[in-house]
Amino acid sequence: MPDIIFMLLIFFMVTTVMREYEGLDVIMPRAKMIEKLESKRHTTYVWATKDGLISVDDRIIHINDLAGLMYNKVAKDPKVTVSLKSDEKTTMKLITDIHTQLRTANTLKLSYSALTKKPGS
Amino acid sequence: MIKKKRRPLQEVNSSSMADIAFLLLVFFLVTTTISMDKGISLVLPSEGNELEVNRKNIVNILMNESGKVLLDDKPTRVEAIHGIVERKIAGNPNLIFSVQTHPRTKYQDYLRVLDQLKEAKATKISIANPPAF
Repeated sequence: MPDIIFMLLIFFMVTTVMREYEGLDVIMPRAKMIEKLESKRHTTYVWATKDGLISVDDRIIHINDLAGLMYNKVAKDPKVTVSLKSDEKTTMKLITDIHTQLRTANTLKLSYSALTKKPGS
Repeated sequence: MIKKKRRPLQEVNSSSMADIAFLLLVFFLVTTTISMDKGISLVLPSEGNELEVNRKNIVNILMNESGKVLLDDKPTRVEAIHGIVERKIAGNPNLIFSVQTHPRTKYQDYLRVLDQLKEAKATKISIANPPAF
């Protein structure tokens, strides 16, 4: 009996696939003066690739739909912070468009997600 | 009649329990990734809230598409920005730093400049919209 339970346990452990989707394919920029985000509960991730794709909540959206989406989010949770996970090669045109959309939706707390700078680089 | 054999209640061997618990512990330790959300924080100005600022309190930082920086109309190396900005803030703590980028400026270059401003403890940072082309 314990053998069977153990085997079942191992079987499900091996076959279970963890949720793999994490966002779009981006190479994060690096920065030195980075701060930790306050709380994960109040954070919304906005992904932006170098090709101009934007994804929020596992869905690819059009830039003009961002304001409406964020407006609903800020209505539900006024403390919402946007963590912008953007590729290092994204052009500022897209970033500025995101700024404009966020300002329209009144989600003003923004964090540019970045990795710690490697020493010496 | 089938005679029911009275068997003693078989107990589950619990000596491997510790192994299983330990294995589960190791499994979750390995598969769990602690997401470290770090970044450069910034508060955007609310819409339609443009303030009139005295011209002498503004330091313009212009960036072109190749990441070159003009600080108050002087070409500046990115690594040198924080030193200059620190000195400027010491002279006038009310300074506002206005970062203006070209639409084709790379995000990494922009963050590098923001990083320099943060390093110089500049709190008043303004993101100017790039001119429309």
